[in-house]
Amino acid sequence: MDAIKIVLAGQPNVGKSMLINAMSGSHGLKVGNFSGVTVEKTEVCFEHHCHMFEMVDLPGTYSLRGFTQEEKVAHDYLNNEAYDVIINVLDSTHLQRNLLLTLELLKLNKKMVLALNMADEAKKEGLEIDVKQIEAIIGVPVVLVSANTNEGVEELLQRIHDVADSSERRASNIVYSDVVEEEIFKLSFFMKKKGFKLRDLSTREIAIRLLLEDKDLYKELHDEPIMIQLQPRLLEAFEHIYTHHETKDVAEIKANEYIAIAKGIRMETVKCNREKGEKNVTKKIDDILINRFLGVPIFLFLMWGLFQLTFVLGSIPMEWIETGIRLFGDAVGAGITHEGLRSLIVEGIIAGVGAVLLFLPNIIILFLGIALLETTGYMSRVSFLLDGFFHKFGLHGKSFIPLVTGFGCSVPAYMATRTLKNEKDRLITLFIIGFMSCGAKLPVYVLFIGAFFPTENAGNMLFAIYMAGALLGLVMAKALRVFVFKSKDEPFVMEMPKYRWPSFSLIWHTVYSKALSYLKKAGTFILAASMLIWFASNYPNQPDLEEDYGIKIEQASANEAEISTLNNELKLAKLEGSYLGQLGKATEPFFAPLGFDWKMTVALETGLAAKEVVVSTLGVLYAIGDEVDEEDNTLRKALNDNYSTATAFAFIVFVMIYLPCLAASMVFAKEAGGYKYLAYLFIFTTITAWVLSFITYRILL
Amino acid sequence: MKLSALHKGDRAIIKQIFTDESLKSRLFSFGVGRGSELSIEACSMGKQTMEILVDGTLIGLRAKEAAEIEVEKL
Repeated sequence: MDAIKIVLAGQPNVGKSMLINAMSGSHGLKVGNFSGVTVEKTEVCFEHHCHMFEMVDLPGTYSLRGFTQEEKVAHDYLNNEAYDVIINVLDSTHLQRNLLLTLELLKLNKKMVLALNMADEAKKEGLEIDVKQIEAIIGVPVVLVSANTNEGVEELLQRIHDVADSSERRASNIVYSDVVEEEIFKLSFFMKKKGFKLRDLSTREIAIRLLLEDKDLYKELHDEPIMIQLQPRLLEAFEHIYTHHETKDVAEIKANEYIAIAKGIRMETVKCNREKGEKNVTKKIDDILINRFLGVPIFLFLMWGLFQLTFVLGSIPMEWIETGIRLFGDAVGAGITHEGLRSLIVEGIIAGVGAVLLFLPNIIILFLGIALLETTGYMSRVSFLLDGFFHKFGLHGKSFIPLVTGFGCSVPAYMATRTLKNEKDRLITLFIIGFMSCGAKLPVYVLFIGAFFPTENAGNMLFAIYMAGALLGLVMAKALRVFVFKSKDEPFVMEMPKYRWPSFSLIWHTVYSKALSYLKKAGTFILAASMLIWFASNYPNQPDLEEDYGIKIEQASANEAEISTLNNELKLAKLEGSYLGQLGKATEPFFAPLGFDWKMTVALETGLAAKEVVVSTLGVLYAIGDEVDEEDNTLRKALNDNYSTATAFAFIVFVMIYLPCLAASMVFAKEAGGYKYLAYLFIFTTITAWVLSFITYRILL
Repeated sequence: MKLSALHKGDRAIIKQIFTDESLKSRLFSFGVGRGSELSIEACSMGKQTMEILVDGTLIGLRAKEAAEIEVEKL
């Protein structure tokens, strides 16, 4: 038997995803995420009463007019793809607004079932919904369901079966305003008299579409002889309608008609037993959370909490993972005798995979937090609170969360931009996240500040660096908005959904799928790229060099200190001769105007793998060994001896701005929608870093 | 008067919407049209954004958009 193909359509925040979970949950779930670049539609397959159900979850849209990306996706899918039944999911507690979309969906003339979700909530709010009456008006089966309590889910599946099997469709009894009804009657009467037929449309339906300027229908009718006679009648009808609606904008007339119809249906079918004027929970919470004075501090506190959780709590499993990877690498390495192979597996592959796994705790905690903010309805309030400030810089209120996350780590920050629905807002945010100095840049800053400034100023310097980065990011956002991602301001008109308790299953599902997609996609690229860097810093083989040092080390057999110095010298020489070292030397002229020598250049280039590596590379290059950290006094002294303050400042500025680490870059490319964006980011950050570094250097020189 | 001139707690009826087509359409799909009754639920600092309640739906608006909606105060 063929599978029944079902499309779920509905407005945002009606619990569509939860309903899919509830429907498929008890019937053997197989979820596949087919993610597009900006909007994701989910497909699910499961079996019910020996029928395969194939479900497509369209992005939530308020209408099908196609003004936003989601609306376009939904509109195109509903119009062009083959499917059997539409399930229109509605929020029972907001029927009137939800019915506006239903009215548009009805125009598609497809088999449809209405699922009035959140029935339990409606009951709690004292709403009584007359399902039979709605069915009679709209002409399609209506089922009260609750994805929360599973109430009505079985009935919904049964009704889908019935609808899919039946061939006829009941006519709807939707009544327009008196004026429009009058004109519908006249036109329909005329067409009936002429015996005119078109597809399976009734003459009433044709008349409605003509009056509401359905472009497709006009195209279809263009060559029909009846058009000649319809035309004068239509003109007259329009005049009549225009005068009554006080506007000639048919879109507005249509909207007003729909709003009136939806209101009519709601008044006829929903009985409200709630006391009037009683404040509901959402209003009470809003009084506090978006309070003019308390709102922002409360939000900042929550952000601070999430940030702390992500990076403090996250660092605990990170340490375990780090240790685990190292132990695993050592254990595996001990079993391999071939030196090159051992190095490839331990330092290339295992270390590369380790670097990917390392970010996992951060990502899981952060997404748990974001999922909570989103499902409870708080995220919209965040936009509401911060839009005023961020809008001045060409950003959206929601950009705040990815930007703040960027101070911890850019990888989850890039992923957090998914909450931004507008393509350009998202891209601008993605491009400036790098300006928020991530945790890995801290060791570099600490090292250089320690080397060039007295201890008592170190804290202030560090703060100044972070703030300068953030401010620069905001200025860059404005510049990008004005010069690159030119677009009319996205209007800020958004629904503030009701506050709801988060659903455990939905949150688990979101976090799980985000983590999995990170591991799968970023994992493969990061792995490949870290192997490339491993190769570049270890090859070509320099057997002569090793032989030379081998002899020297042997000669110094008694002197421990000398051996260690020689070992460090060997490392330095090897790095200098490697492909990476050659690259560093080759690109030295490019950095010369900034006052950087080839050692700094190499450090910056290895820093592309991970920013912490900048410190260890400098350690190697100053022959102190790669076990140094930012607190190392020998390295600080070496830096102070070799570089001027101007160079040090220029270096800090460059590190602050240039391309984020490899893992982050890969995630960036994926989130932005292609490697070409990574190329843009590379050009954008490199030029900005170079120019500002140059200015810093010249001013301080 | 303009919607943006109202304060928290005020109630009004929409007389006309002057915004461009896409925003108009967005407002319509929220159920906001001529004749809709609304109340102001909250304003953010400096009144840069405001929250209105229309037929049970809470909507956040930027002051600039609110200035393009003509209302009659109740």
